[in-house]
Amino acid sequence: MYSEKVMDHFMNPRNVGEIEDADGVGQVGNPKCGDIMKIYLKIEDGIIVDVKFKTFGCGSAIASSSMATELIKGKSIEEAVKLTNKAVAEALDGLPPVKMHCSVLAEQAIKAALLDYAKKNNVTIEGLEDFNPDEDPHEH
Amino acid sequence: MERYVYMDYAATTPVKKEVLEEMMPYFTEKYGNPSSIYRIGRESRAAIDEARERVAKIIEAKPKEIYFTSGGSESDNWAIKGVAFANRDKGNHIITSKIEHHAVLHACEYLEKHGFEVTYLDVDEYGIVDLEQLKNAITDKTILITIMFANNEIGTIQPIQEIGKIAREKGVYFHTDAVQAIGNVEIDVNKLNIDLLSMSAHKFYGPKGVGVLYIREGVKIHPYIHGGAQEKNRRAGTENVAGIVGLAKALELAYENLEEHNKKLVYLRDKLIKEVTNKIDYVRVNGHPEKRLPGNVNFSIEFVEGEALLLSLDMMGIAASSGSACTSGSLDPSHVLLAIGLPHEIAHGSLRFTLGDFNTEEDVDYVVESLVKIVERLREMSPLYENVKEGK
Repeated sequence: MYSEKVMDHFMNPRNVGEIEDADGVGQVGNPKCGDIMKIYLKIEDGIIVDVKFKTFGCGSAIASSSMATELIKGKSIEEAVKLTNKAVAEALDGLPPVKMHCSVLAEQAIKAALLDYAKKNNVTIEGLEDFNPDEDPHEH
Repeated sequence: MERYVYMDYAATTPVKKEVLEEMMPYFTEKYGNPSSIYRIGRESRAAIDEARERVAKIIEAKPKEIYFTSGGSESDNWAIKGVAFANRDKGNHIITSKIEHHAVLHACEYLEKHGFEVTYLDVDEYGIVDLEQLKNAITDKTILITIMFANNEIGTIQPIQEIGKIAREKGVYFHTDAVQAIGNVEIDVNKLNIDLLSMSAHKFYGPKGVGVLYIREGVKIHPYIHGGAQEKNRRAGTENVAGIVGLAKALELAYENLEEHNKKLVYLRDKLIKEVTNKIDYVRVNGHPEKRLPGNVNFSIEFVEGEALLLSLDMMGIAASSGSACTSGSLDPSHVLLAIGLPHEIAHGSLRFTLGDFNTEEDVDYVVESLVKIVERLREMSPLYENVKEGK
């Protein structure tokens, strides 16, 4: 059902944890749907120097969080904001159709953390204008 | 993989060696069609007749009241749709419960689209139907009550005798899906006032693809599969002779060993419940504390998700199941867990272990030890657990 890469990122997730003095924190999902993702960003000079996550959810939710954090680590804000759920799913060698919303959640969690950073620092990030962190990916 | 522990006996069971041995000749030497008049045909016919007698004896039925089917789902569908359409002149109302197997629920939903009305009874926090609600639900249009003997997810055993009595007094047919109960509970269809009963061989160490519908003599029911004179014109199709022989043998074995089987499983079940609830916090046990199947354990482990638990257990060689939405492909967790009043977030963390004849005490120890590690790891990752630790 899952690719080896999904299983690897589920069993050995990268970047699990919290960042005490994070510059941006984003949380999406809700326990009713069975998945919540929380992303912490450390940003220096427009570069994501560190990223951590905590996820309550199924195997693909955990793997998607892990992969998404790997994909934005060391990248600029501009690059991170362009990360799509498709890119996360592809990097995991695919997700079953019913699990695609997990990758959507990962994309949204990163955007939510970036939005939090933007608000705290009074800056605007191109690409986040229409982003609504409360939108439920289950309804897509 | 160092170890393999199967604890999903409610999903299916391995075929016992003695059962397979009795089945084998019917695949190769005794392959005759039971409807043929020559010798090997007659031999197959005799094997089916004998199996019918063996099954009837165990549930205190008459041989002519035993009909072989392809399994539990067919038996449930036949019982419900067959009785509904045959008794339409009498009424169009059916009573069932909210925690039935989907073979029952979806058959009822189908009938609702065809002019029938269905009442879905509530259950209490343990999963037991409310007998008062049942009595009040019966009208002069009620033609069938269908309530499962024991629940597949939480193991709760229903007050079948009382339900049967109520049905009998009101002159309503009573069907019970006994797929999970057979082989774990003594069943006397007369004492329990059962009119129709479904069973499936692969749940009691028999083969897959064969089951029984018990139909009390005199019950008005339409055939479900048309096309031949088999099963007294009521269920067409060349009989699954080897399967039928296997079912009879497996059923006999189950009832020969019933006391020993139950004693062992209750011991292992209670040990598993005790140790997991002692060693892991924020765990609840779903189902009834006593009125439950001997091998059924159903936990809700808070702050973690069921599929993540199953995948992790699988990596450690343990086979279990969950009522989480993520394991079903839908967004809602199990209808049974919601019916007993669990909030969605707790139902998502449900985990079912069902023990069987080949489990040992060491299996239980290994499962407990593995589960403690798995839950710790997943909670470490869970933002919900973090809130609890911080007292939020």
